[in-house]
Amino acid sequence: MTPIKHYPPKPQKVYFYATCLIDVFYPGAGLDAIRLLEREGIEVVFPKDQTCCGQPAYTSGYHDEARSVALAQLALFPEPWPIVVPSGSCGGMLRVHYPTLLADTPEAATAQDVAARTFELTEFLLHVCHVRLKDLGEPEQVAMHTSCSARREMGLGDTAPALLAQLGHVELVEQARTTECCGFGGTFAVRHPEISGAMVEDKVDAIEATGARQFITSDCGCLMNINGNAEYRQKAVQGEHIASYLWRRTS
Amino acid sequence: MSVQTYSPREFHRQAHDALGNPQIRANFRRAMDGLMDKRRDVFSDWDVETLRELGANIRLRALARLPDLLEQLEANCEANGIKVHWATDGDEACEIVRDICDRHGAKAVIKGKSMVSEEMHLNAHLEAAGIEALESDLGEYLVQLNEQTPSHIIMPAIHLNTDEISDILHDKTGTERTRDVDTMTAAARAQLRERFMAADVGISGVNFAVAETGTLCLVENEGNGRMTTTVPPVHVAVTGIEKVVEHLRDVPPLYALLTRSATGQNVTTYFNMINAPRQKGEHDGPKEVHLVLVDNGRSNIYQDDELLDTLRCIRCGACMNHCPVYSRVGGHAYGTTYPGPIGSILMPHLIGLEDTQDLPSASSLCGACGEVCPVKIPIPDLLVRLRKEAVGEGRGNVPGAGAKRNRKELAAWKSWQWAATHPGVWRSGLMMAGKLRALVPAKFAPWTDCRTLPQPAKTSLHALVKRHQSKEEQQ
Repeated sequence: MTPIKHYPPKPQKVYFYATCLIDVFYPGAGLDAIRLLEREGIEVVFPKDQTCCGQPAYTSGYHDEARSVALAQLALFPEPWPIVVPSGSCGGMLRVHYPTLLADTPEAATAQDVAARTFELTEFLLHVCHVRLKDLGEPEQVAMHTSCSARREMGLGDTAPALLAQLGHVELVEQARTTECCGFGGTFAVRHPEISGAMVEDKVDAIEATGARQFITSDCGCLMNINGNAEYRQKAVQGEHIASYLWRRTS
Repeated sequence: MSVQTYSPREFHRQAHDALGNPQIRANFRRAMDGLMDKRRDVFSDWDVETLRELGANIRLRALARLPDLLEQLEANCEANGIKVHWATDGDEACEIVRDICDRHGAKAVIKGKSMVSEEMHLNAHLEAAGIEALESDLGEYLVQLNEQTPSHIIMPAIHLNTDEISDILHDKTGTERTRDVDTMTAAARAQLRERFMAADVGISGVNFAVAETGTLCLVENEGNGRMTTTVPPVHVAVTGIEKVVEHLRDVPPLYALLTRSATGQNVTTYFNMINAPRQKGEHDGPKEVHLVLVDNGRSNIYQDDELLDTLRCIRCGACMNHCPVYSRVGGHAYGTTYPGPIGSILMPHLIGLEDTQDLPSASSLCGACGEVCPVKIPIPDLLVRLRKEAVGEGRGNVPGAGAKRNRKELAAWKSWQWAATHPGVWRSGLMMAGKLRALVPAKFAPWTDCRTLPQPAKTSLHALVKRHQSKEEQQ
């Protein structure tokens, strides 16, 4: 049986683990996520020594290197506060893969503890903060692309759409093959660029076919991939991280 | 007859060719969409997760006792009158089959669908010995006529559309061109019927081999499996050693999972249970039945507590039907007997990582395969494990481990590791990236072959947070 996650009551403080893509390319999305959490009355602690969760090396098979980086991240969360990650992919790395990657190290128990305290942003807003969003934006249609790690690794196919459903003026439209991968896959996009390219092209076409000009995703890898292809092919669709979208429409 | 060949070493080129072939793209897209819909619909009334859990546990229980169950299977088959043979690898298995054929002076054999026989390259082996092997599964028949190999483990000719099939039947057998599927099927059926009657030996695969009763179960839709195993005087079943299950009662749940996962069917048209050769007083059935148990690398997989999950597979093909990579490049691009996700975790064990090093990485790790696998094989985890073996950071127990070791790439990851474990260095890097953002090249292949590259932000989140926090303190 699939275990059902037991969510804690809303805490006073959380750690925010931003992910390297947000740090470098989409810092605005990170800041918007922090604002969303702060608006819920939560103090957000941003460990300044955070770097990368180690996933690119992990999925490439370089586990010795990934393990060393993962150990450095474990040390960032000494207090028993929840760790909020605005990405299903990095969240999945902490929650699902750290315990196995670090199983044979002295930090195995810490890895288990960190895994149990890790929450993806939309999951945390919905199930821990129980947010009630008030939509201040104009009526519009949006499509949603949930990352495969959020959907399948963390089991969070429903949380982001549930948040969007709270926005009274937003109509969520569904693209064809909505659960299909956008083709990013981290280093996959570089190791198998033509296959990845064929996948992202189909994803952009599917989003465009919904008629929505805007799509939302909760992972910056997918965002970079889908937006990059849409811009390359001069398509009108434009994506945004869900943290920015939610903040923009409710503040 | 020269069979059109593909090689896993040529994966990139073969994938490139397939991606550029609109016919292949359309055939696979249409077929995979249909199969995914059918699977979803047929499971809609079921608690599929519970059934998958049951299927996984049945397979795990069988694997946990694999050596004992194989001996029990052998004893019970022999007691039933089925002669059991053991083969260490594909060549030995081929020789066993050829010996049986030779003993009966066989010149023509008819085959039911068997992926293990593909893995052994049995047809080529028999042909070299002067024995004609004819495929009787419609898809396999078409693929054989077209001098190709299967592109899917359940639907071997899925890469072909109606027009192409019509052309093949016309060119190779003189059948009148038609777009009517029933007419084509009837023509192939008539052609095959004569060959069944003339065959000296029938060769089939096995879906489940039941240890407690010595029963060989064969799942099929066309009746060609029934014909193959009953009409010729000799029946040879070939199977991988992992196909054994403990009890007869283990079969219904696995069968329920297999047909629904594979083709979206509640049941197949035929389900054969073979216990023994023709008995006294019976009017049909083969006079001899043989079972060839093929190892071919499976014992080695079995030695590893993580990789042995590969052996749970019941060969339904759902992983490839749901794979966004397979559905775009098709089965031939992989260049291996088993394509798609299951192929990428199985083939390295069968032919080594030297040849298959590009297959475990040919996945975005989207997890669709693991999500639909009827016996819950953690395929994405096994793909990662094989990537680790390929670059030489694993346990080294997969043939060809370390084949993808690359000093330059390792050095790059070591530098990344150093920066990511030195936060001060990392932050300086972030600052530099922001300052030098204008220098980011517009072209950064292969990323920019079909995408634009985002510029690093002027201010990293590290810096933004610092500003944000000092603003709050002032307030």
